[in-house]
Amino acid sequence: MSSNSQDLDAIVGQKYRHGFVTEIEADTVPPGLDEDVIRLISRKKGEPQFLLDWRLQAYRHWLTMQPPHWAHLKIAPIDYQSISYYSAPKKKDGPKSLDEVDPKLLATYEKLGVPLHERARLAGVAVDAVFDSVSVATTFKDKLAKAGVIFCSFSDAVLKHPELVERYLGTVVPYTDNFFATLNSAVFTDGSFVYVPKGVRCPMELSTYFRINAANTGQFERTLIIADEGSHVSYLEGCTAPMRDENQLHAAVVELVALADANIKYSTVQNWYPGDENGVGGIYNFVTKRGECRGANSRISWTQVETGSAITWKYPSCVLTGENSVGEFYSVALANHYQQADTGTKMIHIGRNTRSTIVSKGISAGKGQNTYRGLVKILPSADGARNYTQCDSLLMGDRCGAHTFPYMEIKNPTAVVEHEATTSKIGDDQLFYCRSRGISEEDAVNMIVNGFCKVVFKELPMEFAVEAQNLLSVSLEGAVG
Amino acid sequence: MLSIRDLHARIGTRNILKGVNLEVRPGEVHAIMGPNGSGKSTLASVLAGRAGYEVTKGSVEYLGLDLLAMEPEERARAGLFLAFQYPVEIPGVNNAYLLKAALNAVRKQRGEPELDAFEFLALIRDKMKLMQMDESFLNRGVNEGFSGGEKKRNEILQMAVLEPKLALLDETDSGLDIDALRVVASGVNSLRGPDRAIVMVTHYQRLLDYIEPDVVHVLSDGRILKSGDKSLALELEKRGYDWVRQEAAVA
Repeated sequence: MSSNSQDLDAIVGQKYRHGFVTEIEADTVPPGLDEDVIRLISRKKGEPQFLLDWRLQAYRHWLTMQPPHWAHLKIAPIDYQSISYYSAPKKKDGPKSLDEVDPKLLATYEKLGVPLHERARLAGVAVDAVFDSVSVATTFKDKLAKAGVIFCSFSDAVLKHPELVERYLGTVVPYTDNFFATLNSAVFTDGSFVYVPKGVRCPMELSTYFRINAANTGQFERTLIIADEGSHVSYLEGCTAPMRDENQLHAAVVELVALADANIKYSTVQNWYPGDENGVGGIYNFVTKRGECRGANSRISWTQVETGSAITWKYPSCVLTGENSVGEFYSVALANHYQQADTGTKMIHIGRNTRSTIVSKGISAGKGQNTYRGLVKILPSADGARNYTQCDSLLMGDRCGAHTFPYMEIKNPTAVVEHEATTSKIGDDQLFYCRSRGISEEDAVNMIVNGFCKVVFKELPMEFAVEAQNLLSVSLEGAVG
Repeated sequence: MLSIRDLHARIGTRNILKGVNLEVRPGEVHAIMGPNGSGKSTLASVLAGRAGYEVTKGSVEYLGLDLLAMEPEERARAGLFLAFQYPVEIPGVNNAYLLKAALNAVRKQRGEPELDAFEFLALIRDKMKLMQMDESFLNRGVNEGFSGGEKKRNEILQMAVLEPKLALLDETDSGLDIDALRVVASGVNSLRGPDRAIVMVTHYQRLLDYIEPDVVHVLSDGRILKSGDKSLALELEKRGYDWVRQEAAVA
């Protein structure tokens, strides 16, 4: 998502899409990547020297790297020189009111239960026409400021809180980490920044605010969340409404830092354009998400519902450094039509008595391929570490696939590691049972799939859980029968 | 209410039903008995609309409707109910949730208002007492981890809630101990009424001690060979099925 208006216009219709190809905006850097482009990005954003230096280091490192290959993903080669790495938010002539928006899109929002006041924003209605959300956002801002929580765009944080950015940026995902994270480090343009001070319990789910005030932050998004000692924060990323955009490659980086006794809950609902039913188009979602439980007794919990994107490659991970720290990963990943999802987690146990839980639910339909890839690594220092992993796959039809690759590296004899895996098909018997009770086939499929995902949905904040269920049913429409 | 005429059905290339004729009127209780592999369960499955069976000949009229042309859910909404021989487990799907969805689908069809959670709970609590079921059933996954007896009880509970016009009980007595059988039978008996017909498929006469049928049929090799009253069941218990087959062969 290279800018707010691009993204939203792409949702609204075809017109803009064609216009976009020929139109050249003054504020868009021509395609291609070299050190000058990076200097330009940094200068345009008024960044301090340390950040420019960091970007350049990342870029120089990136030049030495090769794009990765995976056994179960088919990816057409990506031309990194054809991407435009900077484009300033542009104001476009969006629809003036909901009356001008494609009724089909509105019908989808209706099904998803997107609140009325958000539909307008999502559909790209000019923001100044949406009075509701503006006032709501202001209220939230006041409330957060009172609690001392910093929640702003990454660019703002760089300007207003450079010391925090410098101290924590790249400390969980170093710029050398992997091909896409390194590229992101060199060229990221924006993202979100959260700092929760010592002992503060963030007074709201950061979603509500985020969803209303979301600045679409580009295809190389960077998020940094720091929970200081004893603080609590719950952050919701994404939106259940279908987000279409023209940027095929998304390579975001999310870093979480939990200090002693801190608690971070990070929930994602990802519903980007998956391509059509023939596998044409769709987003490549190559994300690096990692959290470090840096202090004792800290906890990081990842919950994700992944239903979009043509290709998803993502492993939200926890580095459990602090003693008694806890890492959790709850995931529902759906691959329908020609979608490919390769997702999982890494739990790196370093501190004593660290614990991790992994629950992964993969759903494959159509010709979708769903892969769980997870690593549990227990270092010699991690006395008494424990892990529990559960990977379940649900298949719909006989042309899809489910694959499970659990890796374990146990270097401490006191560790206890458990792994359970199941693969099941939505049985004809189950469907018939429901239908013979008067329930339609579509409702029966939804019911069975939601039952399968229940333990993960339970981890989502309430209002999100309901939307996630609706989202799954929309994503699975026509998957059976 | 139900008219089955010359019904032929097969699975793959195997012919199972070879000309079944059956007439069921409102208020009647029919028992269909027969040896293993005679086609009893196939008949129940075909009537409920399970996939995998091909009807090659014949017709089934239900309340004036062409039953075989209807989807399984349409049949259910029209008041047909099948109590399964082997109820399937659906992990994670709450028992109460399924039942409420089912009831509301049926009510919608009948033109009745849908029940909200409170009305539904009040209704189901009553019915559960009847089946001597604990309320914890409601919050468990559909048949998940249920014992054989619990599954069968759950089927009859669903029947009690959905109040079908025609109930097909497919070997509802199999796998039940005597106490469970009594509970299930009293549940079924309480649902007997002038507007409701029940067709039981069973191996054993035992069930008929508790649920007294008006008509007993012997199904063998895909055909109904003999029909009679309750005494036929007792005779079958004593003499087995061979004599019926011989009699039919002579005729």
